Amino acid sequence: MDGNLNMIGYGLAAIGPGIGIGLIFAAYINGVARQPEAQSRLQTIAILGFALAEALAIIGIALAFVL
Amino acid sequence: MSAGFLAASGDTFTPPGPGDFNLPPVGPDKTFTFLGQEMYLGVTKPMLQIVIFAGLAFAFLYLASRHRAMVPGKLQYVGEASYGFVRNSLGRDIIGSHDFMRFVPYLVTIFFLLLFNNWAATIPFIQFPTFSRTGLVYGLAAISWLIYNYVGIKKHGLLGYIKLQCVPSGVTGPILVLIVPLEFFSNLVVRPVTLALRLFCNMFAGHLLLILFALGGEYLLLHGSLLVKPVGILAWVLFIAVAFLELLIQFLQAYVFTLLNAMYIAGAVADEH
Repeated sequence: MDGNLNMIGYGLAAIGPGIGIGLIFAAYINGVARQPEAQSRLQTIAILGFALAEALAIIGIALAFVL
Repeated sequence: MSAGFLAASGDTFTPPGPGDFNLPPVGPDKTFTFLGQEMYLGVTKPMLQIVIFAGLAFAFLYLASRHRAMVPGKLQYVGEASYGFVRNSLGRDIIGSHDFMRFVPYLVTIFFLLLFNNWAATIPFIQFPTFSRTGLVYGLAAISWLIYNYVGIKKHGLLGYIKLQCVPSGVTGPILVLIVPLEFFSNLVVRPVTLALRLFCNMFAGHLLLILFALGGEYLLLHGSLLVKPVGILAWVLFIAVAFLELLIQFLQAYVFTLLNAMYIAGAVADEH
């Protein structure tokens, strides 16, 4: 079985954004459960946070192919 | 272990890679060398797609807004709902009700361009995400960078704008030595790069995943031994499931790209506190 060490590195690097995205949506669900009328306001913020955390995973996958 | 199962039946599996995105041109097959890389000279599939799907987005919005009946038909309803979604949740809520209408044409254009082009990756027989080519996303990010810097400089003046972007309100003292270069780097230099890479990598990775499931399933089914054939069928089932997940991601990326554009514009035209 052959492969590339980059991919293992990327797998490890993806743990961080994974945890981050989990925390963001946990906070979002908590917020909506406590105050359902704030959903539309929280949704934008949650998706923005998701996009920013995901950027790390995305940059990782780019570098996994490039390096 | 799995290699042992597979090697029993001859030819080897070549995993998909970035090379799969290098489609040959539609017309004559000429090449030239640029910076040591061999490039195709001619019109390629992503180029055709961006023109066709920009046309389709225009046709959709034009047809939806042509009659403007008091009681909307189905098409008009869909058009108005999607336009209202971009205008209200992306324009008004983020840029603020004072001067968001100036930017709504740009936001609506970029949202529908991205949405139609991203969904092209799921339409059978087209199945190629236009923005999985870096050249196109860098272009979009450059437009975004020019727009938010232009409106910011126009409103605050060059020095005022740089101060607004580099000095966070409420920060004083020696910590500024650390904060100002960081903020300058992150707000004015890296922003367009991450904006472009986010869209590109999502489309690229999603398409790569679909190729992997399709080719891997085919390989396991046709070349694998009897024990791994069911895994090939499982891979195809997963292919369909991932394709539906991709539909969601494609929408979300169009939304996020427009959202970030709106946030950058909002940050550039914000009043100093």
